[in-house]
Amino acid sequence: MSAQTWTYILVGVTFLIYIIIAIITRAGSTKEFYVAGGGVNPIANGMATAADWMSAASFLSMSGLIAFMGYSGGQYLMGWTGGYVLLALLLAPYLRKFGKFTVPDFIGERYYSKNARLIALICALFISFTYVVGQMKGVGVAFARFLNVPFDTGVLIGIGIVFFYAVLGGMKGITYTQVAQFCVLIFAFTVPAIFISLQMTGNPVPQLGLGSKGTDGVYLLERLNQLSVDLGFDAYTSIDRSNLINMFFITGALMFGTAGLPHVIVRFFTVPRVKDARISAGWALLFIAILYTTAPAVAVFARTNIIDTLSNSSYADVPQWFTNWENTGLLSFEDKNNDGKIQYVADENINELTIDRDIIVLANPEIANLPAWVIGLVVAGGLAAALSTAAGLLLVISTSISHDLLKNYLRPDISEKGELFAARVSIAVAVMAAGLAGLNPPGFVAQVVALAFGLAASSFFPAIILGIFDKRMNREGAMSGMIIGILFTASYIIYFKPQLGGPGLPEDFWWGISPEGIGTLGMIFNFIIALIVSRLTEAPPKEVVELTERIRTPRGGSQVSSGQMH
Amino acid sequence: MNKKPTTYWKTNLKYLAILLTIWFVVSFFFGIILAETLNQYQIGGFPLGFWFAHQGSIYAFVILIFVYVYLMNKLDKKFDVDEV
Repeated sequence: MSAQTWTYILVGVTFLIYIIIAIITRAGSTKEFYVAGGGVNPIANGMATAADWMSAASFLSMSGLIAFMGYSGGQYLMGWTGGYVLLALLLAPYLRKFGKFTVPDFIGERYYSKNARLIALICALFISFTYVVGQMKGVGVAFARFLNVPFDTGVLIGIGIVFFYAVLGGMKGITYTQVAQFCVLIFAFTVPAIFISLQMTGNPVPQLGLGSKGTDGVYLLERLNQLSVDLGFDAYTSIDRSNLINMFFITGALMFGTAGLPHVIVRFFTVPRVKDARISAGWALLFIAILYTTAPAVAVFARTNIIDTLSNSSYADVPQWFTNWENTGLLSFEDKNNDGKIQYVADENINELTIDRDIIVLANPEIANLPAWVIGLVVAGGLAAALSTAAGLLLVISTSISHDLLKNYLRPDISEKGELFAARVSIAVAVMAAGLAGLNPPGFVAQVVALAFGLAASSFFPAIILGIFDKRMNREGAMSGMIIGILFTASYIIYFKPQLGGPGLPEDFWWGISPEGIGTLGMIFNFIIALIVSRLTEAPPKEVVELTERIRTPRGGSQVSSGQMH
Repeated sequence: MNKKPTTYWKTNLKYLAILLTIWFVVSFFFGIILAETLNQYQIGGFPLGFWFAHQGSIYAFVILIFVYVYLMNKLDKKFDVDEV
């Protein structure tokens, strides 16, 4: 069977599974809609969190990014995993004990202020929306390339599927669908990696293959270093000393941002007990680590394979996959010296090969001559990654509107049934809006993801941490910290992002810190301002201090929350 | 009631301080600040600094969380604040 047929079969079967799960697990109450009834098994929640977290970008783009960055790509690997340590140790157990539905819930109650809740609400909406538009675009791209449908149709199919199971199932349906999507995506990512690792090093574990000797008896990394240097690139494992401060700050912004992202935090409201929230973060990171430790191996295998197959080979003899990808425009060859051979070198004036980094994962099975079904599997995996992340984000958007805005701000007297209906309507609207934005993504969307992490790091993360660990922290401190953190981070990013119209030039970066990393500094400012202002203003009321004390010990968590929810 | 939670909380903070120090050292210190120095050493085919940035720190993160869970479950029982 051809790769095309396999793709249709595997994508069709996985989509059918998602829909069946959604029908079986549909939500009947707001508690089921917002937090899956609060009764999710910690291992299942770990898988759902992992699927929620690993987006189309992690699945499709990250290995490619690393393949062309080498050592510096470690900022993504450490940055997008290290945040889970902060979540497990500093946030998840306490927020679970607090026992409400959303991050704005916590900010609003801990800082006894409707305005604080509103700031948190706006941040949550902004962060989630920019994120979800990218996912819808990812779905469109994957469909367009592999099912031979136009990009627009691809996005529309994606909207249809997410619409069905998110509106029907709420958090409950989404959680169990994400468990299935995790299994699909992790299988799809590791199978080709295992095949290729065996081919190149004889070791079936990609993480070990990466540090093994190739068929020629030379260590794989040593060989890639040599190949890179010969072509004029930096050695793959060499360290760019001038970039270290920037790398430090980017890694930090991604870690602290992860720990402040509302769609990640909300996952820890879905488990029954505080100790389940802790262990669930552990399972989540373990499942994420499977992909994140395989990705750097995939990067090295792909980069080596590309150089081996293409460098200095004759253009007339290129393999079939080369022509396929040339047709998409994501790979291109320009014979500058008219010798009919492909010169792939660092020097822009001589280099004749342009490779879009996003094709590495999708093209990898073809480059390594793997069987046709593996290619179909990778497509199904990429779609699972995009859909699961989109669904989780859409839920945060709808919860923010129906729960935080409607129930807690505009119409506190709304009935349970009315709130559930509002939740379904707002998720439906959110799916459509995200889909439309995905169809015609404003050029700045990719750039704004930096803003999403920066804002999460500089607003939510300090406000939540201080709300738990500093009993003296009050409304004035937390709000001024959040406002300064957001304003500083957003201004820096906008000023230094030409795509957002900013006039700033890279040589004017503060200490060489690029916009992607500035959230770390914004977070530090937030902490300092909050601590100073809180000490100069009135202490928080007695019942808030008691709330802070209460969330510090696990016992009584499940009782308190169920009492308040019904 | 008053004394117990204080000791419980202080022990928790001590665990956090130790585990987060390790978290910082394996990633920011070994993986970034010290990476160039560590790259002079090899484990298998990996330069050590590169290994920490691309592999080692992630393994360490996973272990840190499970150690924390183990320590806290024990602490909850000891101070009788665990859940049923």
